[in-house]
Amino acid sequence: MTHPAVEVCGLRFAYPDGHEALRGVDLRVEHGQRVALLGPNGAGKTTLALHLNGVHTPDAGSVAIGALAVDETNLPEIRRRVGLVFQDADDQLFMPSVRDDVAFGPANLGLGGHELRARITEALGAVGAADLGDRVPHHLSGGERRRVTLATVLAMRPEVLVCDEPTSQLDPAGRRELVAVLRGLAITQVVITHDLPFALELCERAVIISDGRVVADAATPDLLADERLLGAHRLALPYGFDPRVARKGTAP
Amino acid sequence: MGAGHAHPLYVHEHSAVHSLAPEAKLAAALAFVLAVAVTPREAVWAFAVDAAALAAVVRLARLPARFVLARLAIVAPFVVFALLIPFVASGDRVEVLGLGLSRAGLWATWNIVAKATLGATTSIVLAGTTEVPRILHGLTRLGVPQPLTMIATFMIRYLELIADQLRRMRTAMIARGYDPRWLWQARPIAAGAGALFVRSYERGERVHAAMLSRGYTGAMPILDERTATAGQWLAAAGPPVIAATAAVAALVTAA
Ligand SMILES: Nc1ncnc2c1ncn2[C@@H]1O[C@H](COP(=O)(O)OP(=O)(O)OP(=O)(O)O)[C@@H](O)[C@H]1O
Ligand SMILES: [Mg+2]
Repeated sequence: MTHPAVEVCGLRFAYPDGHEALRGVDLRVEHGQRVALLGPNGAGKTTLALHLNGVHTPDAGSVAIGALAVDETNLPEIRRRVGLVFQDADDQLFMPSVRDDVAFGPANLGLGGHELRARITEALGAVGAADLGDRVPHHLSGGERRRVTLATVLAMRPEVLVCDEPTSQLDPAGRRELVAVLRGLAITQVVITHDLPFALELCERAVIISDGRVVADAATPDLLADERLLGAHRLALPYGFDPRVARKGTAP
Repeated sequence: MGAGHAHPLYVHEHSAVHSLAPEAKLAAALAFVLAVAVTPREAVWAFAVDAAALAAVVRLARLPARFVLARLAIVAPFVVFALLIPFVASGDRVEVLGLGLSRAGLWATWNIVAKATLGATTSIVLAGTTEVPRILHGLTRLGVPQPLTMIATFMIRYLELIADQLRRMRTAMIARGYDPRWLWQARPIAAGAGALFVRSYERGERVHAAMLSRGYTGAMPILDERTATAGQWLAAAGPPVIAATAAVAALVTAA
């Protein structure tokens, strides 16, 4: 039998302070699919993302990437397969230069020399940041920072890309560039976002997480057209935005 | 690349000094400063030799003289302090411009001013020609333990961020009518520092998670594999060898 790209079953997790952030999450993402994870603040989206590459260990349930279960013994391979882009770029860019930061992942995979340099060039090129290698992360603009964080993860050639609120802190042009970059990547993508038009533009499927559970899972246009559903989970489309009309304009 | 992208002490240029491997530069700078430090203060000619060697490096590095001189202002406090010594030191006096100054004090002043200037210029040349990441690579390759270089790495990366946060917090306080003038009004600042610590700590946890996500296993990977060649070590050895020779000669003749 073939395995989906991501398979989460009955996942439960409580933080050490006892707060139960995930209360039984089931999620299956097919290869090459782009899925938007929507939901109010504190729903557990980030917590779920941190389970996909084993930063957190489930209290109950299981997570698998392809045929590989996320557990202690598989962690190095899981972390190569799943690229996680963090919500706050300053958490992700911890090295003193962009180049060093992009090199960090592949170097941990054991790459060096010519191969490592080729990876850096490839990753920076893929996000249109080829000329940012020698910059200091602190001095990058919001959009540059976002693209560079993406490069740090792409440098590991992941099979699944997980982005946590990638459009926060982006201006409209930066947001448009990001959509273009993500659309150009032929890998499975799980995108956490509060930006519903962005979800519609990028992802064919959307999942709503609320209070640690999956409460809706449908094609993005259908899901966004259901006003009652959105309202029930503190989601709202921008004023005057009609997903059915917008969809026609942006079809890939 | 270009101005404004690296640290403020860095001068973007292409020169032999810039392209020298960082570990060779670091070792040479350290050896040079040590040689200067042990040079006896009476050997004025030896300091002239050191200064000439350093000036040659500055030329080679294409560092603008104005840049170096402006950065040298950092030694000003030491110079002011040193200038006081001849007035307060005891011992036999010499007459300078009608003032009776201590001979030993004058030598002490000269000693401090000469060594501080040479030492500071050396650091300015090092910082002016080496970007921070390369300095850190150099330290690693010189055998500085990894925890230390990692702490330095993160400090450099996050110091500005934390300073930014502190500024924002202060602005937020001032915006709500807080106007600290006296020590007893410092309580909110202290509370702010506490909050900043907690935030930095939480940041640390998130950064650690980000490191784990990219395959971190407890050892920093080696990112810059261009180690210094024998030729580079030889070139870097030039100035410190000159300074050491001068120091030894001065010590021998003084003995
Ligand atoms: N380190 C932590 N310790 C304790 N509780 C936490 C921690 N991180 C998150 N939580 C709690 O877990 C719940 C889920 O948090 P999570 O960050 O996953 O939400 P989210 O859906 O990503 O929200 P947002 O949209 O605001 O980013 C929240 O109630 C949050 O307060
Ligand atoms: Mg979150």
